[in-house]
Amino acid sequence: MKYEACIGLETHVMQKTRTKMFCGCKHEYGAEPNTNVCPVCLGYPGALPVLNARAIELCCKAGLLLGCEINPHSKWDRKNYFYPDMSKNYQITQADRPLCLGGKIVTEVNGELKTFTLERIHQEENAAKNTHAASGSLIDYNRAGTALMEIVSTPCMHSADDAFAYIQALKLIMEYGGISDCDLEKGHMRSDVNVSVRPVGQEKLGAKVEIKNMNSPSFIVEAIKYEIARQIELIENGGKVVQETRGYDSDRGETFSQRTKEDAHDYRYFPEPDLLPVEISAAQIAQWKSELPELPVQRRERYVKELGLPDYDAKVLTAEKHISDFFDAACHKTKQYKLVSNYMMGKVASLATEKSISVDESQLTPETLAQVADLVGGGTISSSAANELIEILFAEGGDPKAVVEAKCMAQVNDDSALEKWAEEAIAGNAKAVADYKAGNPASINSLMGYVMKQSKGKANPPTVIAMLKKKLDA
Amino acid sequence: MAGLNTKTISELSDLLEQGKCTSVQIVNDVLAAIDAHDGKIGAYLTIDRAAALAQAEAADKARAAGKKGALLGIPLAIKDLLNVKGQPCTCSSKIIEGYVAPYDATAIAKLREAGAVFLGRVNMDEFAMGSSTESSAFKKTRNPWNTDHVPGGSSGGSAASVAADEAIAALGSDTGGSIRQPAAFCGCVGLKPTYGMISRYGLTAFASSLDQIGPITKTVRDAAILLTAMAGKDPMDSTTVDLPVPDYSKDLTDDHSLKGMQLGLPKEYFVEGMDPEVETAVRNAIEHCKKLGAKIVDISLPHSKYAIAVYYIIATAEASANLARFDGIRYGLRKDGADPIELYGKTRAAGFGPEVKRRIILGTYVLSSGYYDAYYLRAQKVRTLIHNDFRAASAHCDAILAPVTPTPAYKIGEKTSDPLKMYLDDILTTPVNLAGICGLSVPCGFSKAGLPIGLQILGDSFMEPSILKVGHAYEQTTEWHRQKPKF
Ligand SMILES: [Zn+2]
Repeated sequence: MKYEACIGLETHVMQKTRTKMFCGCKHEYGAEPNTNVCPVCLGYPGALPVLNARAIELCCKAGLLLGCEINPHSKWDRKNYFYPDMSKNYQITQADRPLCLGGKIVTEVNGELKTFTLERIHQEENAAKNTHAASGSLIDYNRAGTALMEIVSTPCMHSADDAFAYIQALKLIMEYGGISDCDLEKGHMRSDVNVSVRPVGQEKLGAKVEIKNMNSPSFIVEAIKYEIARQIELIENGGKVVQETRGYDSDRGETFSQRTKEDAHDYRYFPEPDLLPVEISAAQIAQWKSELPELPVQRRERYVKELGLPDYDAKVLTAEKHISDFFDAACHKTKQYKLVSNYMMGKVASLATEKSISVDESQLTPETLAQVADLVGGGTISSSAANELIEILFAEGGDPKAVVEAKCMAQVNDDSALEKWAEEAIAGNAKAVADYKAGNPASINSLMGYVMKQSKGKANPPTVIAMLKKKLDA
Repeated sequence: MAGLNTKTISELSDLLEQGKCTSVQIVNDVLAAIDAHDGKIGAYLTIDRAAALAQAEAADKARAAGKKGALLGIPLAIKDLLNVKGQPCTCSSKIIEGYVAPYDATAIAKLREAGAVFLGRVNMDEFAMGSSTESSAFKKTRNPWNTDHVPGGSSGGSAASVAADEAIAALGSDTGGSIRQPAAFCGCVGLKPTYGMISRYGLTAFASSLDQIGPITKTVRDAAILLTAMAGKDPMDSTTVDLPVPDYSKDLTDDHSLKGMQLGLPKEYFVEGMDPEVETAVRNAIEHCKKLGAKIVDISLPHSKYAIAVYYIIATAEASANLARFDGIRYGLRKDGADPIELYGKTRAAGFGPEVKRRIILGTYVLSSGYYDAYYLRAQKVRTLIHNDFRAASAHCDAILAPVTPTPAYKIGEKTSDPLKMYLDDILTTPVNLAGICGLSVPCGFSKAGLPIGLQILGDSFMEPSILKVGHAYEQTTEWHRQKPKF
């Protein structure tokens, strides 16, 4: 029998708000533990929540970017469960009337365009951070009450590749939209993954297994692959998949049972009496729509249409927001779009990998990169000199023109100097000359290489080629 | 001048204004009364003498420097579930014994700003759950009119302190009648304002959608003064209403006519089993209002009979969540365990009293999956019907008259063995909280045994001016509120 997997993701995204969801405490990563806290986020007696308007705006804007409908009447609920990281022992969330409904993500999976549908996005508050040590457990309430949205997909994905593409696309949209920094290391994005399998052709979904709290896309892929195989094998051997929550052990590459349906929580949701329902007007939605930033797909299109870049370049450049932002900024200062693109994808990218820092952490700026492109385009420096120049600017910064002058990198266009190098090349490379004369035009390249070496890369290549040809053909 | 503690807020503010007494003298008289009588009454849990005297001195200095205000230098007793910065706030529960409030409740901050003096913390039913103040984990408070009897609850300490002249006025909270009922039992005035009028920020929550802070005073005017000081939109409480706050005491004139006012008489509120002495006192009060010029109209509030059932579902559901924060992790009592679950279990088992446990279990049950629709959801629907009843009635009357309680204060221990019987005492007060409207309790007589009886005056949302007007006219043309207990 053939089987089909159905995969749904519930992705928690921490929003980029200045303060927490229900109080005025700062939302700050890496602060001294328990310093950004107040009676509200510590759940002190008598403290009451107050909505963070910016969080609502970001959640709705995320919804608009994902094509959701904004719910004009949403409300808040209490989700009850005891845990030390929940200061009130209930979480304020949205159960049956969330802020955003529906929506979708369209993205390429292995070259094929696929649409993944969303069910909803709701707003909630984050829990505190537990650290378990041998001496006991430590709780940092700085994270308690920070703004968190949960983006819930339908069980619309059918492979680990689908899920991977979905997460990547979602992450990009959240970054481009200014909704979240999506820093996985800082726990900005975590997913619960629901996996079930069913025989192809069957409409009813199979029993669902939930794998909790995963922040690494590659682990999600491994866990899904493992889980699909496990469930199919179980069914094939006459077993039955039970609805349960499983964890993922990345060292062993296996999922393991944590909790079955029988001992599942009863969260006892009920409407939060301390907060009024949220009413959002059509005018407000229209205003937010008008403020939406450009998405990667739109940017990619613009690069092709307006900057004349190949689709490949556009795709690579938009794959990471900070790269694309850097590229955009450089293109505001020069018209040499393709050259900038080449350097971004080539030298800049390799330097970033080599030094393990991102381009915005380097000394290179969009302005100086634009100037490098102009220097190449205008014939002042050669392409190879440009690579050297970029390396200097990346590490030390500075004014490109001044560097070119100080390091004598300018291209040599002086005919007498070029003539001398060309003659030396012909005199000293008898074999290449013979090959060329025997009908192999490519062998001119080794003569060219000689000239470039002699000139320390400063010779103007087209002029040298023309000069060599003239002399050899004479 | 001796006996300043027996006076009202408005009398004292006149004396202070005229320079005939100082706040320090008032506080000293009050502290002397506490020293003399509180051993018998047991209204106070803690008394903050030094702070109270320092605040009184500061108030006297401010007045000398030209500051004015009806509450400047007036000492108040505060129910032990309102956070007053630097003071303990135990909610009469062992589970947060030792907790010291790190902040002021908004109502307290406003009173502090107005120059009021905070005497200390008064006793209550644990977490405001109860109708007799017998469920306090720390002590029994006695009714100043007869110390064998309960003062009512849950604001029993507040009412007893005012009735015994151990405070000029007090703050309580009313979730199902917890201000009006002890006020009636102790012969005081008790006001439960419209939901959303006074910020709940800093009021330890029992049932968030029902709780409201309010004053217990010696006169209606004093209640109006405290309401004026505490009302208003608070950015820290989303459920507060953004409406201008008038001076509620201003319209309480010496013209005690109720001409042109229609007062509704709900037939369902003279319940079977009501003490005949209570019924007679309330019917006499209604006749009195008629004499003052009011027109009495018969009305019906048919869904009020479901109020007790609905109240105990909604209040316990909300309480089960609100009380979950008392877990031994961040403050208060902790009983260690091998893991968090054991720690919670041991802490909560040791920290909560039987009434609180009963209600948490009930609330957890009505919210649990499979029961939510049958209990909580249905209760919310009936709650809407109860509200609609009041809406409809208010369309043709300015206020509604009713008894506060079916009986006068009962004996200590009389009902503790039968919680259901005690729950029924709230039958006439809970509909007001479910509807979110306002209610006032004023003294309207005494039983033969010498225990006070209260008249309840109800108004639609934000109709405080109406009920205060009726209450004031009634009070000022009768003598009940001038009686003092002899103990
Ligand atoms: Zn906070």
